[in-house]
Amino acid sequence: MTSQDPVTPARHVREMLLGSDAVAHGVRLCRPAVVSAYPITPQTHIIETLSEMVDRGELPAEFIKVESEMSAIAACLGAVSAGVRAFTATSSQGLAMMHEILHWVAGARLPLVMVNANRALGAPWNIWADQSDSLSQRDTGWLQLYGETAQEALDGVIIAYRVTEALRVPVMVMLDGFIGSHTMEPLFIPDPGLVDDYLPPYTPVDYLDPDNPLTLCAATAPDSFYELKKGHARAMERAFDVLDKTFAEFGDRFGRRYAAVETAGTDDAEILVLSTGALTGTVRVALDRLRRQGVPAGLLKLRLVRPFPRWQLRHLLTGRRRVIVLNRAVSYGAGGILTQELRAACCGMADAPAIHDVIVSLGGKEVYPETIEEIVVRADELSPDESVWRP
Amino acid sequence: MARDLNRYLRPGVSTTPFCPGCGHGILMNIILRAIDELRLNLDDMLFVSGIGCAAWIPSPNFNADTLHTLHGRAIAFATGAKAFNPQLKTMVISGDGDLASIGGNHLIHAARRDTDLTVICANNMIYGMTGGQAAPTTPAGAISATTGGGNPWAPFDLCRLVIGAGAGYAARFAVTQPLELKEAIKEVLGFTGFGFIEVLSPCPTQYGRRNDYGAVTDMLEDLRRRCVTADEMKRLTGTERKDRILTGVLHDERNERNEMETARA
Repeated sequence: MTSQDPVTPARHVREMLLGSDAVAHGVRLCRPAVVSAYPITPQTHIIETLSEMVDRGELPAEFIKVESEMSAIAACLGAVSAGVRAFTATSSQGLAMMHEILHWVAGARLPLVMVNANRALGAPWNIWADQSDSLSQRDTGWLQLYGETAQEALDGVIIAYRVTEALRVPVMVMLDGFIGSHTMEPLFIPDPGLVDDYLPPYTPVDYLDPDNPLTLCAATAPDSFYELKKGHARAMERAFDVLDKTFAEFGDRFGRRYAAVETAGTDDAEILVLSTGALTGTVRVALDRLRRQGVPAGLLKLRLVRPFPRWQLRHLLTGRRRVIVLNRAVSYGAGGILTQELRAACCGMADAPAIHDVIVSLGGKEVYPETIEEIVVRADELSPDESVWRP
Repeated sequence: MARDLNRYLRPGVSTTPFCPGCGHGILMNIILRAIDELRLNLDDMLFVSGIGCAAWIPSPNFNADTLHTLHGRAIAFATGAKAFNPQLKTMVISGDGDLASIGGNHLIHAARRDTDLTVICANNMIYGMTGGQAAPTTPAGAISATTGGGNPWAPFDLCRLVIGAGAGYAARFAVTQPLELKEAIKEVLGFTGFGFIEVLSPCPTQYGRRNDYGAVTDMLEDLRRRCVTADEMKRLTGTERKDRILTGVLHDERNERNEMETARA
């Protein structure tokens, strides 16, 4: 179809694409100068498509296929230090291997965008969808955006570059391994000019330049170190506002509206189900069926996990009876990671609802609409403080 | 797999994990044949592999202790196991991407320390399992999923790499040289110290189809034509030598063999 199609927004093309290819188109439109990556399932299609775009001249970038994920993120660290836009993508063990440099990029306040296709961490080996990889990196100082659809992943990359360059905090954009990365969806690809208007060429502040030499990331005395970390923490607090404005401007220009927390059927809902990523599609089906049966349940879709949108969530939770948190990552000994985050956000809230911790899936364990329906219908039987594991 | 070697396979293993035409099945057979001829007991052996197609040669197929490790870490894991139990005959079987790229540092340091390990690197010149991306062993100019315009970089010569790092033994054979390869595996299993064998193994699925090999047999024929011994190499003209691959026991300190020098002489 062409852009003459009435459902296609102005200055967009309608396509049927794999989630990973959608990400690659998002990256292409942002014109990074350096792309560096290492293959890992289920992310590999992203960098393969990018390398093909570089070969065909559609993306005038240096593509570096390096010898490990640590080298991939290190090459991006070098590229952004030299003052250009860079990109990498990975998954699972690859993200874990990047851990040390994730801290370094964020600590150096360098603007970088990466995509992670959510996949379980071993042992034992498992390649399917799970959020243990990215949620175990939540303290590295990166902003984390999760997406439900391929369109959100594509748009998320474009939004991420705006945010990272405004805040100098790196941004990690997530889509689900296989369900997100290897499934074809109809989506809209914006025209390059539309993206160029939204995301102007990158102008670095401090960068490595032989004519104006400077030292980056030198050893720092305790007091200065503390001040720099305070600055980073404050930038994360500013991120809520920056992200809201960036989402709003994106909505005005591209016609797709996003928020840190998105809702469906919450107006009169006594029970809320909190979900992230592609699982949300299944939750929508389950909640629609429950609505028709008269169960007053609504959806909270969490797009932003770092910084954690605590005030929005407190506001949305006010007056509810219970909230069921669907986790696909566990902090062993403490329960579902998103549940802990939500509980911390609600601490001290006078009329906080009961928060139920459900470990709904790990390592790609299938979740059906019936799975969700049963959890919601039998919510009265859920423990208020112990993690609920499926039989 | 030869039927008489089936007793070395874990009960329940019935199908090959490899694509049609993959050389890794031949290598699996040769390794077990060498073990069989040496009358080694699999209970006294440990097989360690990393991530990639070659890592499936021992794991879970061999009816022995097999350790399937993190990507790149096979040699490091094997070093630890060997340190705790020096009686274990420890063999690392993994691919070029695993051993020479993400795990390259462990490879050169194990060679430097002369760690008592048999390292068999199944070199198919590409990342097969993830879909055919360029590896550090992909020939210059070769087409891969990440080098659509031809690989701009020169590949590692893995034997030279480990010899340079201090390995006392390094051999290279293709799966089209099964008898010589089997003898080299037996030789390495017979001594104490670091032994490295690079095995050229065709990958028709990811490498061949992108690089003008019309059929599986074309890749095998190509290896048969190009893999030569040092003596054969000496008789070739300079132009002929260019596309040939030197095979043999290229370096063996114990027996003062150095085929790399012979080939050059």
